[in-house]
Amino acid sequence: MTKVLVVTSGKGGVGKTTSTAALGAALAQLGEKVVVIDFDVGLRNLDLVLGAERRVVFDLINVVQGVAKLSQALIRDKRLENLWLLPASQTRDKDALTDEGVRGIIAELRTKFDWILCDSPAGIERGAMLAMRYADEAVIVTNPEVSSVRDSDRIIGMLDSKTVKAEKGERVEKHVLITRYDSARASRGEMLSIDDILEILATPLLGIIPESQDVLRASNVGSPVTLNNAASAPARSYFDAARRLMGETVTMMVPAERKGLMNRLLGRRAA
Amino acid sequence: MDANAQPTHQLVRMRGRSYVAFVFSPVVPIIGWLEGIDATLARSPGFFVGKPVVLDLSAVDLSQTAIAHLVTSLEQRNIRILGIEGVDETHLTTGMPPLLTGGRHCVLTHNETKKPEAKPKPMSLLLESPVRSGQSVVFTEGDVTVLGSVGSGAEIVAGGSIHVYGTLRGRAMAGVNGNSAARIYCQKIEAELLAIDGYYQTAEEIDVTLRNRPAQAWLQGETMKITPLN
Repeated sequence: MTKVLVVTSGKGGVGKTTSTAALGAALAQLGEKVVVIDFDVGLRNLDLVLGAERRVVFDLINVVQGVAKLSQALIRDKRLENLWLLPASQTRDKDALTDEGVRGIIAELRTKFDWILCDSPAGIERGAMLAMRYADEAVIVTNPEVSSVRDSDRIIGMLDSKTVKAEKGERVEKHVLITRYDSARASRGEMLSIDDILEILATPLLGIIPESQDVLRASNVGSPVTLNNAASAPARSYFDAARRLMGETVTMMVPAERKGLMNRLLGRRAA
Repeated sequence: MDANAQPTHQLVRMRGRSYVAFVFSPVVPIIGWLEGIDATLARSPGFFVGKPVVLDLSAVDLSQTAIAHLVTSLEQRNIRILGIEGVDETHLTTGMPPLLTGGRHCVLTHNETKKPEAKPKPMSLLLESPVRSGQSVVFTEGDVTVLGSVGSGAEIVAGGSIHVYGTLRGRAMAGVNGNSAARIYCQKIEAELLAIDGYYQTAEEIDVTLRNRPAQAWLQGETMKITPLN
């Protein structure tokens, strides 16, 4: 059965788009048929991260307004034949999205794909609301710092009240994905600990993605990190997260830093 | 004993019994009085249906035709007259309701089916899931109990006391209707603001040694006290 998954956070810059691309690609690499939708109308990015920016002809708004058919707007990834992108419009704003239109698109995509990943814009306004509106599951992307965690808490509250599932009295299944986790800073107590985050959010953990240059490098070449360097630490964490989404039980690994004696001494001094 | 006893003639048995009836006492002008009846019927159309009604004409002096007209007017309004009192028998014809005498006052009891009484409103509100940042729970009728945590940026407003069986990170305002006996209890105190009956303390004023421990807040006169719960 098709699952509609929203990747959301409330706060900007925590890694929603990167995570959508990486999870989408990982699911596709694991054999699932996946479409990723960019809901960030006016500030689209997902096409860049997926390296499809030069192939965008029609977009989400064109489909919502009936200018183009869904099949015309969908872009198939060149490397992964199971991965498709429905890009956002860069020239419009979020008011161009309608509840009715989004519902129609999701309903149509449900008949064709195993996974529909909705990349939510930051904030709690119309774009973010519509991205989560029809979701069955949600990945809440959180950085290990207080402002991100509080915004995530706010978004979880909205997932429990503003989605179609919530209005029907059902529950949107929620997962916390901690990104930009820096084990060195965590060990110095400069970041919120995983336990603190989970205690505040009271939501199951989907994965911990370590802070890594690999993520930035992959974004710059327009490739999801799981595709660009599948052996890297963040890619492995995304693969584990994707497997957990598919229902597999994968042991959770907290990224640990391999520290030398010198580092340890310096670490202590800095703290 | 005589085996062939004469069969006794069975007489029709008569019994007396008294009933309660509505008494109408028309006043002049009769047209104006009928309009009053119409107004009552407009408000509750079935009010007189099936109820015995007696006409008391002692306050008015009506001719035979006037009485006949009044009785028909009432019948047109679906009001059936059981009897007439307070009038000379000569004013009544045989087709009219009979003359009644010796009526006594009584208190009318309404036999209308009473509406089931509205259930008493619950005096406490139970929240089984965490209260998230940005959510506001307002319950002025009584106590609020939260089984999860109250997130930073969330608020609970209660007419009574507030119980949090998780960490209280947001704002809690108890006794908002002037209930100074209300208290705030929590499993772990990290509150942004605590208020009881308008007296408040912000996070800065809460003693650092209390943080992360079970605590309760209450009012002592005009000062808020926060003490650990053990």
